[in-house]
Amino acid sequence: MSNSYTSDILKPFKLKTKQQELLIRVSILCLVYILAFITRLFSVLRYESMIHEFDPYFNYRTTLYLTQHGFYDFWNWFDYESWYPLGRIVGGTLYPGLMVTAALIYRLLHFLRFAVHIREVCVLTAPFFASNTTLVAYFFGKEIWDSGAGLVAAILIAVCPGYISRSVAGSYDNEGVAIFALLFTFYLFVKAVNTGSLAWGLASAFGYFYMVSAWGGYVFIINLIPLYVLVLLITGRYSMRLYVAYNCLYILGMLLAMQIRFVGFQHVQSGEHMAAMGVFFLMQVFYFLDWVKHMLSDTKLFQEFLRITVTCAVAVGGIALGVGMASGYISPWTGRFYSLLDPTYAKDHIPIIASVSEHQPTAWSSFMFDFHILLFLFPAGLYFCFKRLSDATIFIVMYGLTSMYFAGVMVRLILVATPAVCLISAIAVSATVKNLTVLLRSKTKVAQIGSTKGTSSAKASSKASLDQSQPFQKNGAMALLFGAFYLLSRYATHCTWVTSEAYSSPSIVLAARGAHGNRVIFDDYREAYFWLRQNTPLDAKVMSWWDYGYQITAMGNRTVIVDNNTWNNTHIATVGRAMSSYEDEAYEIIRSLDVDYVLVVFGGVTGYSSDDINKFLWMVRIGGGVFPVIKEPDYLVNGEYRVDKGAAPKMLNCLMYKLSYYRFGEMMTEYGKPPGYDRARGVEIGNKDIKLEHLEEAFTTSNWIVRIYKVKPPNNRW
Amino acid sequence: MGKFWVIFVASISILLPFLCNSFSPETPTDRRVLVLLDDFAVKSSHSSYFNSLKLRGFDLDFKLADDPKIALQRYGQYLYDALILFCPSVERFGGSVDVAAIINFVDSGHDLIIAADVNASDLIREVATECGVDFDEDPSAMVIDHTGYAVSETEGDHTLIASDDYIKSDVIIGSKKIEAPVLFQGIGHSLNPVNSLVLKVLSASPSAYSANPLSKLSTPPLLTGSAISLVSVVQARNNARILITGSLSMFSNRFFRSGVQKSGSSTKYEKSGNEQFLTELSKWIFHERGHLKAVNVKHHKVGETDEPALYRINDELEYSVEIYEWSGTSWEPYVTDDVQVQFYMMSPYVLKTLSNDKKGLYSASFKVPDVYGVFQFKVEYQKLGYTSLSLSKQIPVRPYRHNEYERFIPTAYPYYGAAFSTMAGFFIFSFVHLYNK
Repeated sequence: MSNSYTSDILKPFKLKTKQQELLIRVSILCLVYILAFITRLFSVLRYESMIHEFDPYFNYRTTLYLTQHGFYDFWNWFDYESWYPLGRIVGGTLYPGLMVTAALIYRLLHFLRFAVHIREVCVLTAPFFASNTTLVAYFFGKEIWDSGAGLVAAILIAVCPGYISRSVAGSYDNEGVAIFALLFTFYLFVKAVNTGSLAWGLASAFGYFYMVSAWGGYVFIINLIPLYVLVLLITGRYSMRLYVAYNCLYILGMLLAMQIRFVGFQHVQSGEHMAAMGVFFLMQVFYFLDWVKHMLSDTKLFQEFLRITVTCAVAVGGIALGVGMASGYISPWTGRFYSLLDPTYAKDHIPIIASVSEHQPTAWSSFMFDFHILLFLFPAGLYFCFKRLSDATIFIVMYGLTSMYFAGVMVRLILVATPAVCLISAIAVSATVKNLTVLLRSKTKVAQIGSTKGTSSAKASSKASLDQSQPFQKNGAMALLFGAFYLLSRYATHCTWVTSEAYSSPSIVLAARGAHGNRVIFDDYREAYFWLRQNTPLDAKVMSWWDYGYQITAMGNRTVIVDNNTWNNTHIATVGRAMSSYEDEAYEIIRSLDVDYVLVVFGGVTGYSSDDINKFLWMVRIGGGVFPVIKEPDYLVNGEYRVDKGAAPKMLNCLMYKLSYYRFGEMMTEYGKPPGYDRARGVEIGNKDIKLEHLEEAFTTSNWIVRIYKVKPPNNRW
Repeated sequence: MGKFWVIFVASISILLPFLCNSFSPETPTDRRVLVLLDDFAVKSSHSSYFNSLKLRGFDLDFKLADDPKIALQRYGQYLYDALILFCPSVERFGGSVDVAAIINFVDSGHDLIIAADVNASDLIREVATECGVDFDEDPSAMVIDHTGYAVSETEGDHTLIASDDYIKSDVIIGSKKIEAPVLFQGIGHSLNPVNSLVLKVLSASPSAYSANPLSKLSTPPLLTGSAISLVSVVQARNNARILITGSLSMFSNRFFRSGVQKSGSSTKYEKSGNEQFLTELSKWIFHERGHLKAVNVKHHKVGETDEPALYRINDELEYSVEIYEWSGTSWEPYVTDDVQVQFYMMSPYVLKTLSNDKKGLYSASFKVPDVYGVFQFKVEYQKLGYTSLSLSKQIPVRPYRHNEYERFIPTAYPYYGAAFSTMAGFFIFSFVHLYNK
């Protein structure tokens, strides 16, 4: 590393090889830690320090409440600004982990005399936890393979787009901390299984508690771990270590999880949690059998005993489950859970789940987009795992396979698969690079060919095996190594590009390229919400489709009828019905809900395609699911959804159409096109002469993206 | 100096009515009334009616309907509290007045009396249509009643009707019984079935019909029987009151004074019921009767006095409101036993009749239902003839806080016992197991 001249000067600082290795490893980890943080700051640089998307606004609002009113008020918060007039018990219907974490960071910073605003804390929470995830990935990789694999895993996960999509600065959502918690829990559990230590088991129980407090995805943990235990039991890998780890996690984790109000008794009563309980009892039966086997020396007698016991245990378990289900004590699986196992379930039965874009089945392209080379490294890693099977590698294989299945079912679950894919790919990368460098080093003794990963740990076992290698082997290894680094550098480029281009948009501020290549910003959402905040009465009720509910309450500070917490399908269906009815029918619904303003999002002027007209069929479907007077075919022409002259008459006169296209018929949107040309759908609208009777236009933003209508009082003389 | 004095007095005298007597929620009776006439002869031929109004303190301003100077408002302020349209034949109002201006006048809470007549102009018809009544489309049609006509010296064409089919409401037409029938001669109208606010005050008898008395009846008349309304009133949602009739002559001195005998009846009255009927009706129209106000809406928990920002489920609460009626000069307590309060969230969860203390204070106490949400205290009091009271006050109801539940439940004592005995047992077992070798 250093020549003789410098080595004289640095003699007192000269490190032993082991220390050198540690230094390199620590500095790589530090760099990865920083890299994971700063690569997520694109959104702040491009736009500003702001909260993104929809759900994060609710999280931000609750965090604000938590810091202002304290934990007990937050815990008991009854929010009467949403779901008017039903209200929402916020404390009992959310996972408080994220808010509590952000509030604690905020308190800590204030204690250290950093007078930051809570919004900055919220914006940077997700990148901070992403950095922490890289550390966990390192330790996890080290636990299942070696420290080289750990380092590669840390690097891969630091920039993997699948994870970045949910953890850029401003994406203040549960997933931001939950992936950290998920991986941490798994790491602690694997550690507990490997060591059989009660302390690690306890730690994993607390990790599980943090995960439960942070995200509903904890159900994945409480099903994957029993499945893993079951596989170990079947493959005859049952051990005392496993017994200690699982029982500790299950019992303590369950007790802790039940402290979260949103989970409560679900943890022992709902169908999703029954697998864990069944495996817990199975473990006891196993232990008991083990003990009996130990006591009984007669094999034949034991076989007989085993048969009776297993039959009895299975029978008792089956009867208990049956009785529980029949009596309603054990609640059946929820719709979301069903739709995971059967991807077509939601489409047929629960339109509200199917309507969410992130609940759609994943396209192949988005796998490529989010994983890039990991998609090819994943099977290679699986191969290496199977070659060196241990309790830990079995776990990561199961985690990888199950989460890959779920990622295929729902787009958003790519996120859950990402850590597993990164870890398994890291094993592939690390093992390959290690084998190749061993080949190279054995011949030439040329150390460190630009490789920092895995070389040092490879030294020990290198020489012996590779004496009789072919002459071209070295060149081949070299070529392969360069190939590997080329791929990895492509991966790095791809990740940075994806982060910068695709995943750093706040979606509340829209950006587009102007005619001269300049950047045009559409800040219409915030314009509209601030208008609401400044110009409407404090107790005004705003009706909109549920997507915008959280944003209206958080930024507009006004009461909404429905929001993104889609807990009451009937209420949402009522709004859907109002939107898809004729104006006078809708007016009665609007009056019955005491609505003062109606807000619609319209992209016809700017060409913004995720507006309410494009979401409208879901409103019809969800409304029709509860109120059969709304029929989807009424809005379609030969099964085709259109808004131009050929559109269905009901479509042309329903409230949503009228509110979206009111006064649009007189507007020129594009040169060379007739007035009323809808740029989002590329057609000239079919009803240009829209008259509103019970509503009046109150505000339209500068680019017409948000339009707000005031509900008129009933006619004075009629 | 004297000149200034004159200007000062003049300006005071102009301003004074605006300063003191304008319509306000505190003194709801109208003061300044604009009367639009076809010609000034009506002023003298209908003087009894106008005098009765003047005697009650109204300030009548007579103008010709086509006077180019008439205006209902100036600088956004209404100059009058009420409008009387005794101009059935006007084709176009003078000044800035048109149908929209009159409708706006009503929609901002002012009262209106419309008297049409045979050959009523389209303008007057349009105003009436906006108020929810439709005059017979045939311009020369009159209400004819061959059995309920008023007996007169000449046989006539039975267009002078003696009607006594009043609305049954003491508030609208006064508590004193109108003995003599009311004389009516003019065009009939029907109520728009869509309009729920318009009321028939005086309807024609079942044998009446609306047709041109001079021509032969070739087709069956469109308006027949008691569907024909002779006098209708509307109380708008903002409590503006409108009187519509198809006969201008029923307000005239001649009809006020003439005797009446209904055909088929032997009783002959010295004086028709017109004066009493129309005077009482004008008292209602001009808010001298039947105007309620609700003040001091209060609610609080039992045993407290401050109004909370929100209630908890199962709280006991008290609700009170004071209701007064305007007597023409002062607010008197309104006493009745049918005011109800609703505790409402999409549907009423509690519906309770308020008890009153005869001094205008209505109160009720009830328990908040075991349902959380955003409730409203609603008083929807709509009684025939009275202004409608529609009070709603939003109040959220929250569930129990985590520390408001019972701490120890007696039925759970076995579980507490089990938990603590297990803990103790485990401790003892560990102790024995560890130290008893």
